[in-house]
Amino acid sequence: MKENKKTYWKGLEQLTNDPEFVKNADREFPEYLPIAGQEEGGASRRDFLKLMGFSLAAASLAACEAPIRKAIPYVNKPVDVNPSVPNYYASTFYAGGEYASVVIKTREGRPIKVDGNKLSPITKGGTSSIVEASVLSLYDKNRLAGPHKAGQPSDWATIDKEVSAKLKTASNVKIVTNTIMSPSSEKALAKLAEAIGGAEVVTYDATSTYGILKANETYYGTGVLPNYSFDKAKVIVSFAADFIGSWISPIEFSKQYAQGRKISKENPNMSRHFQFESNLSLTGANADYRTPIRASQSGLAVLALYNLLAKKAGASTVKAAAVEVAHLDQAANELWANKGKSLVVSGSNDPNVQIVINAINELLSNHNATISFAKTVNYKKGNDASMNKFVADLAAGRVGGVLFYNCNPVYDHPQGEAIAQGIAKAKVSVATNGSLDETASLVQYVAPDHHYLESWNDFNPKVGEYSLSQPGISPLFDTRQAQDSFLTWAGDSTSYYDFLQSTWKDLFAGQSAISSFQEFWDQSLYNGFYSVAGEISDVSLTPVSEVSSAAAAIAKTYSASNTAPELIMYQKLGIGDGRFANNPWLQEMSDPISKTTWDNYLTVSQKWASDNGLNIVEGKTLKAKITANGKSLIVPVLIQPGQADGTIGLAIGYGRTKGGRVANGIGVNAYQLLDSSKGYVNFDITTGVSIELTGDSYKIAQTQTHHTYMDRGNVIQESTLAEYKENPSAGREHPMIYKDGEFVKPSKISLWNGHKYSQHHWGLAIDMNSCVGCGACTIACQVENNVAVVGKEEVLNRREMAWIRIDRYYSSDADTDDLEGLEKASDNPEVTFQPMMCQHCNNAPCETVCPVAATTHSSEGLNQMTYNRCIGTRYCANNCPYKVRRFNWFKYHDNKDFAKVNVAQNDDLGKMVLNPDVTVRARGVMEKCSLCVQRIQAGKLAAKREKRKVQDGEINVACAVACPTDALVFGDLNDANSQVSKMLKIEENSTSALKEVNEERAYHVLEEINVSPNIWYMTKIRNKDKKEA
Amino acid sequence: MSIKRSLLSVPFRFCNMALIISFLLLGFNAFAADPGVSDSEDAIKAGESLFNANCKTCHKLDSKFTGPALRGVSDRRELTWIQAFIKNSQQVIQQGDATATALFAEYNNTVMPAHQFLSDEDVMSLLSYIEYGGKAEATPAAGDGAAGQGAATGGVPGEYLTIILAVLVVVLLLILIVLGLIVSVLTKYLNKQDDLEEDDKQFINQRTDFKKVFKSDAFIIIITAIVVALVAKTAIDGLYTVGVQQGYAPTQPIAFSHELHAGDKEIPCQYCHTGVEIGRSANIPSPNICMNCHMHVQNLEGKEGVSPEIQKIYDAVDNNTPIEWVRVHNLPDLAYFNHSQHVKVGGIECQTCHGPIEEMEVVRQHSALTMGWCIDCHRQTDIKTAGNEYYDKLVQLHSESKDALKVKDIGGLECAKCHY
Repeated sequence: MKENKKTYWKGLEQLTNDPEFVKNADREFPEYLPIAGQEEGGASRRDFLKLMGFSLAAASLAACEAPIRKAIPYVNKPVDVNPSVPNYYASTFYAGGEYASVVIKTREGRPIKVDGNKLSPITKGGTSSIVEASVLSLYDKNRLAGPHKAGQPSDWATIDKEVSAKLKTASNVKIVTNTIMSPSSEKALAKLAEAIGGAEVVTYDATSTYGILKANETYYGTGVLPNYSFDKAKVIVSFAADFIGSWISPIEFSKQYAQGRKISKENPNMSRHFQFESNLSLTGANADYRTPIRASQSGLAVLALYNLLAKKAGASTVKAAAVEVAHLDQAANELWANKGKSLVVSGSNDPNVQIVINAINELLSNHNATISFAKTVNYKKGNDASMNKFVADLAAGRVGGVLFYNCNPVYDHPQGEAIAQGIAKAKVSVATNGSLDETASLVQYVAPDHHYLESWNDFNPKVGEYSLSQPGISPLFDTRQAQDSFLTWAGDSTSYYDFLQSTWKDLFAGQSAISSFQEFWDQSLYNGFYSVAGEISDVSLTPVSEVSSAAAAIAKTYSASNTAPELIMYQKLGIGDGRFANNPWLQEMSDPISKTTWDNYLTVSQKWASDNGLNIVEGKTLKAKITANGKSLIVPVLIQPGQADGTIGLAIGYGRTKGGRVANGIGVNAYQLLDSSKGYVNFDITTGVSIELTGDSYKIAQTQTHHTYMDRGNVIQESTLAEYKENPSAGREHPMIYKDGEFVKPSKISLWNGHKYSQHHWGLAIDMNSCVGCGACTIACQVENNVAVVGKEEVLNRREMAWIRIDRYYSSDADTDDLEGLEKASDNPEVTFQPMMCQHCNNAPCETVCPVAATTHSSEGLNQMTYNRCIGTRYCANNCPYKVRRFNWFKYHDNKDFAKVNVAQNDDLGKMVLNPDVTVRARGVMEKCSLCVQRIQAGKLAAKREKRKVQDGEINVACAVACPTDALVFGDLNDANSQVSKMLKIEENSTSALKEVNEERAYHVLEEINVSPNIWYMTKIRNKDKKEA
Repeated sequence: MSIKRSLLSVPFRFCNMALIISFLLLGFNAFAADPGVSDSEDAIKAGESLFNANCKTCHKLDSKFTGPALRGVSDRRELTWIQAFIKNSQQVIQQGDATATALFAEYNNTVMPAHQFLSDEDVMSLLSYIEYGGKAEATPAAGDGAAGQGAATGGVPGEYLTIILAVLVVVLLLILIVLGLIVSVLTKYLNKQDDLEEDDKQFINQRTDFKKVFKSDAFIIIITAIVVALVAKTAIDGLYTVGVQQGYAPTQPIAFSHELHAGDKEIPCQYCHTGVEIGRSANIPSPNICMNCHMHVQNLEGKEGVSPEIQKIYDAVDNNTPIEWVRVHNLPDLAYFNHSQHVKVGGIECQTCHGPIEEMEVVRQHSALTMGWCIDCHRQTDIKTAGNEYYDKLVQLHSESKDALKVKDIGGLECAKCHY
C-alpha cells in the first residue's frame, strides 16, 4: 500500500495541465450547469461510488488521483437568491384552455417545481398533470435557441426588419391564435394589426367549445362561456362532458365536484352524478350512475330529458325520436326535485345540442344558481366557423400574410393538411412558436416566444378576475417574448413589461383599497392574481330563440337506431391536445382509465372484441384500420370496459411528426379524422366510420393489467350513501383472526414489539370519495423525487418507477365463486380509484427481510430506504404486500439508451429540473415513496431555526399539495389538532405507533396481515339508492 | 546490572507521569471566583446568551483569543473595574488605569467595543457564565472531545484506567525482575556445586538455540500469521481511507488566507459565509462580498499598490467571470448535510468540524468527513434544547433519563436523516 495520507490529493497539476478534466468536474452551484455540449455533465454519483467502492482496483485508482471538484460562487450574488434556499414566485399557467394559478419553486434561479397557488380564488391550489409537468417543458432541448428564417438560424435584427416590412406590404394578413386570455396580449396584437394596416385575428382551439359559444349566442344573444358551479349542484347530469378530465376548466371543476361530495357522519350529504357517454371518461368513472350511449343517440337523449322536464314544468315538449336510455327518467325526476340546485352539461360541440342543454337549465332555474352569466369565463373563445373561413382563404391564396401566435393548426386542426399546403401561398408567414413544430417548420420566419416560466403576462380568466405571470428564470435561449415581437413589429419600442403595467394601471384606477400603483402591482404579483372587489351582480338573460328549431336539427342529424360503428375522439389527461407531447413525464403517465402509457389506441367494447375474435392478454393486441371522413389510420385496439357498444374511442394529441424526439412517432394523429364541415369541429363521428382488424399484433404498455379487485373487500371498501346514512361504517370489512379459541382483531396479534414515536408520527389519510383519479399527484411525485422515466419497453417489462400509482379497479358482475369470471370487468363497471404508495407500515415486512438493513424504520413513523446501503436483493419488494417498491434495473441517468425518454436525467438542459435535495438513484437499488422526507426535514429545520413547534400544514407531501380535490391529507398523527388527526378522529395524544382511529370510514388496506400502515383510506361512498348497491 | 537498573526505572517514570497527570487534573478545577458572582443556573444561562451575542467573537473562557481568557477575571480584578471596562474600555484606558493600559498594549491596541447597553445586572450574569459556565464545552474544544466529556459527566474516567494499567505493568515487571534475579542467583549457586552431573550442568547452563527456534514450525506459523495480519490491517486501513481527503489542502485560484481574515482581522465567519445559518450550503462568498472591504483595502498593511491576489477579485468583477475555487470539503452526493441545522440550531462552532480555520494560511480539510465521524459526533453531542420550543416534548419525555438528550436519542443515527 502506498503512502496515501496527504500526498495523493495534492495533484493540482490536474487543474492546470488538463482543462478537460477540470471541465468535467462536478460543480457546486447548478446555475452554472453547462447547457451546450454533449460531453459535459460531470462525474455521477455512480462514478463516485465506483471510486469509493471496496475493491483493490478502486483503492489503487484512488491512490493515484481524485476528482477535483469546483465551488463556483456568483460573481454578483443577487440579494434574494441564496444557494440551497428555494424561492417561490406566484405565476400563471395557461395553455390549451387549461388555466391554473401556480407558485414556481426555484433553486439558484431555476424553476424546479410548479405547485398550485392556494390563494387563487379560481383553482384554489389545484393542479393537473400537465401543469405539474410543465416545468420540464422549459428545459426541452427541442425548443428553438433563437430566431429562424427559412428554416435556418437567423438574428433578431434581420427578422424584425424583414417581418415588419413584409407584414406592412402584405394584403389581407391573418393572425391565427388559440384563445388569448390576456388583455395586454390582445392589446399588443391589436397594435400590431393596426400598424400593418389591419389584420384579422382568427381564434381557434384544438379542443373547441365553439358549440357552447354558438349556442349561447343563438339562445341568449351572447356568445360567451358561462361560469359553472359544480359545488352548488345537488344533482349533476353530464352528457359526455368530461369536466373532471378535459372539459373547459377541469382543475376548477374537480375541486368544486369534490367539494360537493365530501361527506362525514355529521353531514352525510353529497351530490348525485349521472353521466351519459360513449367512451368511459374520467368523469364517467366517478359518476354514481353512468349509462353508456351511442354518440348518435346523444342528441336524442338530451331531447328526451328536455321533454321529460318540460312535461313536469308544463312547458311544451318537442318532437323527438324515442330513445331508450337507462337512468334518464330517474335523472329527470331528481333534477326536477332539485330545481335550482342542479346542473346539466354536455360535452358536445354541436350548437343545437347545447341550445337544448340551455333550455333544460332554464327549465330547472339553474341560471344564476349553478350557471352564471355574470362572471363569464374566457378559457376558450375559439371560433370554428372563422377558422374554416381562414383555411378556405389560405387554400385559395387569398391570404397575403399569416402570423401564427403559438398555435399549431397544421397538427391540431382537422384541416391541417390544407393549412400546410396553403402556408406557402401566403407572401409572408411568421410563427412565434417555441419550437420548429408542424406549423413553424413551414413558415418563413420563426420568432420563438419564451416559455411561460420565462415570461411576463397577464390573464383574465373570468370577468373580474385577473392573474399575472412572472418569469422564474432568465431566458435560457435567445428567444423573445412574442408580445415584445408584436410591439417591435408594430414599431412600438415599449417593452412588454411596461406595456403590461399600463394595462394594470387601468385596473389600479378601478379600485380604491390600495393607493399607490407600485404597492398594487407588488401585491398582485405576490398573490399572482387580482380580484375586482365586490360581488358582480347577476345577469339575467332571457332566451331569444326557441328550442324547437334546434330540436328539429337534432332530429335530423341524430338517429336512435344507428348500427354502424361510431368514432368518438377524446382527450387524455396527460397528453391533452398534444402540445406537451414532447414531455416524457406526460407520455409515461398512465392514463387514469386504461392505465396505458406511450400510446393512443382504439377503445372498443368487450362485445365488439368478442364478435371480432379479439382477445387481449397482458397488453398484447392487434392493430386495426380505422376509416373516417375518407381517411384511414392503422391503430392498435384496446378493450375498454364501459365503452358503449358500437362506439370506438380514440385520443387526440398523439402522432406528432415534428413534436420533438420524445413525441415523434408515438401514436397516430386523430385530428385528421375530425370533421369541421358542419361549421364546427365535430368530435363525434357517427357516419362513414369503418373498422377492421389488420391482423398485425402490437403491444400496448399498461401499468395495470389486472382490472378487477376479485371481490377482495379488504382492498377496496365501498358502500352507498343510503347505507352510510344508516351506518357510518357501512362497507367496512373487519377481519378477525382466530387465536386461543376466540376471534380477535388482527392488531392484537403481532410478532413485532412496536415503535414509539416521541416527537412526530407522520401519516396520510386518503379519502377515496374525493379522489377522482386524475393523476396530478403521480406527476408531482415524479418532479419532486427525481423519479426516472423508463420508456415503453421497460413499462412492458413492468419496470416503471412511479412511487405513487393510482390503482383503478372495475367492478365485476360475476359471482364470488366464479374466479375466472371475477377477473372480467362488467360491461358498464363501477370504477374505483385508489392512490397507492408505500404504506409506511409500523410492522413493515420489508424491513425484516433486508439482509443489509437498507430499509429501516424511523422514529417518526417513516419507512426509510437507504439507497447507498442497498445491494439489490429485492427481498423487500418480494415481501411487500402492496407492491410499491420499485427496482432500478438500469442506470437510467447519463445513459444513452434512456436519453431519449429520460431527458430529465440525461441531457444537461433536462437535468436542471432535478430536485437537488433528492438523490438520483443508481442502478441496482430499490426505491419507493419516502413520504417526501426531504420536505419533512426542511419543515422541521425551519421550525427549529425559529425555535417553535412545527405547525400543521407547513409540511406537506408533493402528492397532497398537487391534489386538486384535497383527497390526500398529510400530517402529524401525534398532534391531536392536526387536520389529519381530526379527519381520522384521533383523540389521544400518545406516542404509540398504534393509534386509536375513531373515524368509521377509515381503514387499512389488507388489515388482516396487521402490517399497521401509516396510510389510512376512507371508504368510497357512491350516491346510489340502497336497492341497487 | 545496568540493564536491570534501566528496566526498573521505566515503571518509576510511569508513576511520575501518572502523578503529574493526576495533579494536573486536580489543579484544573482549582480556581477561585469572587463570592459576589452568583453561580445560579439562571444567571449562568442569561450570561451565556449575552456572552455569545457580544463577547464570543473575541474572547474565550479558558484560552487567549483576540482578547484574554476570561475565567477567573472576577478573582483578578475588582468587580467595579470589570463593569467599567466592559461598558466602555476606552474610557477606562483614557482615564489612565494602569491595568487597562497594560492590557491594551498586550493585545496590540485592539479596541474592545463599548457595551453601554449592558446593565450592571447583565454584567453580573455575564460574570456568572464566565466563572461557572461553559465548562463542558471548554474541555472538548481544547482536547480531542471524547475523553474530556467523559470526565465532565462522570463514570470511570479514562485517566484512572491508564493509571491502573500502568500500576499493573509495574507490578508485572517487578515480578519478572524478581524472578530473573532468583533464577540467576540459583544458577550461580548451582554452578558452585561440584557434585553435579554433566547432564544437570548442561541443563543449568543451557542457552536458547535461536537457529532451532527460527526453523520451528510454530515460529514460522506465528510469524506468517503476524505478517498476514499486519498486511491485512494495513490494506483494510488503507481501503478505509479511500475517498477520505483529510488533510486535503489544494492550491486555490486566489491565495486567500483565513489566518489573515478570520484570525488576524477577526472577521466573523458568517460575514462571508452568508448561508451558514439559513441553508444547506454555507456559500463561498461571491466577489461582491469581497468588494465590501476590498473596495478600500488594496494590499496588506504597509504595502503599496494593489496586491496581485486582490487584483484577481477586481478582474473577476470587471470581466464578470466567476472565481473557480477548488472544493476542499467534498461530501458524497448521497449524503445530505445542512449547515443551518448544525450552526444555527445546534450551535456548533465552525471550528468543531473545520478545525482551527483562523490559523490556516491555506484551508485544509480538518476532519475525516466519514460517516463514522458524523455518527460519533451524533452519539456524543447534546442537543441545544434550551429556549427552543421545538424540543419541549422531547425534553419532557427524556426527563426520566439521567443522561443528557443527545442527537442519537431523537433519531440522529437514522438513515433518512442524511440519506434520501
